[in-house]
Amino acid sequence: MKYTTSLMCSAVAAVALTVGTSVSADTIKIGASAPKSGPQAGAASAVYWPTLELWVHNVNEAGGLDVGGEKMMIELIAYDDKSQPDEAVKNIQRLTTQDKVDFLAAPYTTGLNLATAPLIARAGLPQIVATGNLNNLEPFVSKWPNTFWLLGRSSDLSTGIVGTLTEMREKGEVGSKVALVHVGDAFGLEMMAGGKPAFEEAGFEIVYESSYPLGTQDLAPVISSANASGADAFVAYSYPPDSFALTEQAQVQGFNPDVFYVGVGGALTGFGERFGNSVEGVMAMGGIDPTSEAYKTFREQQIEVTGVAPDYWANPVVYASMEILGAAIERVGSLDKATVISEIQTGSFVTVIGEVSFSDNIVEQVWNVGQWHDGTFYGVNAKGLKPAAEPFVKPAWSN
Amino acid sequence: MSRFEINLMLLAGIAITCCAALPFMTEGFYLTLAVNIALYIALCTAWTLFSGPTHLVSLATAAFFGIGIYATAIGIEYLPFPLAILCGGLAGALFAAAVGAMTLRLSGVYFVIFTLGLAELARQIVTYLQTKIFGSIGLFVLTDHTEGDLFYYLLALIVAIFVTGWLIGRSRLGFAMRVIGNDELVAKHFGIEVARSKIILFVISGGFIAMAGAIMAPRYAYVEPASAFNATMSFMVVIMALLGGTRRLWGPLVGVVPFTIVTDFISANFPEHINIMIGLAFLLIVYLLKDGVSGLIDKAMRTRRGTRLQGAKS
Repeated sequence: MKYTTSLMCSAVAAVALTVGTSVSADTIKIGASAPKSGPQAGAASAVYWPTLELWVHNVNEAGGLDVGGEKMMIELIAYDDKSQPDEAVKNIQRLTTQDKVDFLAAPYTTGLNLATAPLIARAGLPQIVATGNLNNLEPFVSKWPNTFWLLGRSSDLSTGIVGTLTEMREKGEVGSKVALVHVGDAFGLEMMAGGKPAFEEAGFEIVYESSYPLGTQDLAPVISSANASGADAFVAYSYPPDSFALTEQAQVQGFNPDVFYVGVGGALTGFGERFGNSVEGVMAMGGIDPTSEAYKTFREQQIEVTGVAPDYWANPVVYASMEILGAAIERVGSLDKATVISEIQTGSFVTVIGEVSFSDNIVEQVWNVGQWHDGTFYGVNAKGLKPAAEPFVKPAWSN
Repeated sequence: MSRFEINLMLLAGIAITCCAALPFMTEGFYLTLAVNIALYIALCTAWTLFSGPTHLVSLATAAFFGIGIYATAIGIEYLPFPLAILCGGLAGALFAAAVGAMTLRLSGVYFVIFTLGLAELARQIVTYLQTKIFGSIGLFVLTDHTEGDLFYYLLALIVAIFVTGWLIGRSRLGFAMRVIGNDELVAKHFGIEVARSKIILFVISGGFIAMAGAIMAPRYAYVEPASAFNATMSFMVVIMALLGGTRRLWGPLVGVVPFTIVTDFISANFPEHINIMIGLAFLLIVYLLKDGVSGLIDKAMRTRRGTRLQGAKS
């Protein structure tokens, strides 16, 4: 009993001590709350944490941010939200009221960004969302004008592939028959809500349509049905595990449509490595201009500093969100939150994903579709940006 | 009513008044922490209502909680918030009745396994309905309720759970449950309707857990099946309740408070090693507190009373 009591007492005392730490004048405190454990931890440790670490490293390496003539170093305070809304809310409270951070990196995933938005708004901080999106963002932006949506609307992403297919059909490279599948969860449905009507409107014939439950391992029936439907293009609004599984099944069954497109995960460096030469011509959601100096430097730096190779979509967007925040602080020349927010709303920013700006807090430049070519993923369709390459018909699997 | 009980009620009254003053003292982090603590007190006590006397470990907390969240998410557009909470409780109770009627004849480990699957079942049903019928999965719960409001609702719920638990303890049902808990066969021979008693208790417990979910929905802002039906919650509730001890109605109370504070301390100071540190904390708890905190308190009180008696004799 005595041991436990003293243990509890020392725990309580230590909490009190941590709470007491004061704000140092010449550092900017940046708070972050994202998964280090729980179901989203794997994804966050690939596309979120290393990039955040790199940004802090780069800014501090350069002597800090120039705030009104004074160089201020960055101090990152990071907490684990265990992939749960309850924890995320508590972390944001701790960051804003106990640690008294100057700014925040936005949380990870759509759900947790929405759950924490009211609190972040109450603290008056900008929230530049790099890992979440929705079709209907307007009510959100009008309620919380401090939120910025750097991935754009879901419909931007879901209709990108429609644009690419239309472009290829005009050149006579691909027919009108599309097999359309999606994962049966929030993401898949949001994508279908935008994607399916867009395909129909553009005059494509949907010859096969299906959904599969999240977490399904056996996607062989989906691929064989799509194969049997005689589709010219295969489009899957999928999550990383199923993006890998669908690609593998298509290869196993020798399903060779002119266009083979998967959703999230297809832009991962690991995706290219997993399929080797066979990945040539596979399309996926996301993209970047991999030939730009900004991206090349970013890629080399992240590998050097964190040991984690970035992907061709999410990592650069997360990095861009921090670049925008840093640039806005420097331009305003102070840590005043409201003026930083209005600078983000009106300014234009040169980032690793290109020059971006916001209209009603929603980004106007979005990389939609990319395609693997020679082991690199090139953005072939983008809104408001110049594509990095022309789309081409996928050659047959090379195994 | 014994003098001990009167004293206890006075104590509870003072505690509730102190808690009610909390939102006036802090708006920020400590209030949020208090909401989390209050939430788990409500969940663990409601869980103990059923699992304490029956000794059946239920892992269905997440299922009831998620149902409550969805009740608010769907109902908030048409109903005032308190009514939505009641609807949530009703939905949870109905679900518990349906499930209980089917499964409470199961015993021991079969029941545990079934309840574990229940949250997943509820999640899949909701996902299916939303995919096939509504064509969208996320639901917005945009309200103006502050953390302070949620805290008051939870406080009211906790009081309701304790009063219910106290009433059950004094009723025929409570007596029946004690007999069942000690020996189900004996209870049957006494003519106690074992299955019916268990179902009633399961319904009460499930209804309260769903109400807790309904209260918390505004904090989620955007409700998805994956976040509403979170299996981790079921396990946390069991762990905290066992830490406190399930023999007493107030057992979970003395488990939740230290547990939440310790886990919070760990997650603030060792964000990279949460699971390892919590695991170590568990080991310490299991080695040092075998009967839970309430068992320890009981023992301390018994020895004190014992020495007092001895003193009177000599």
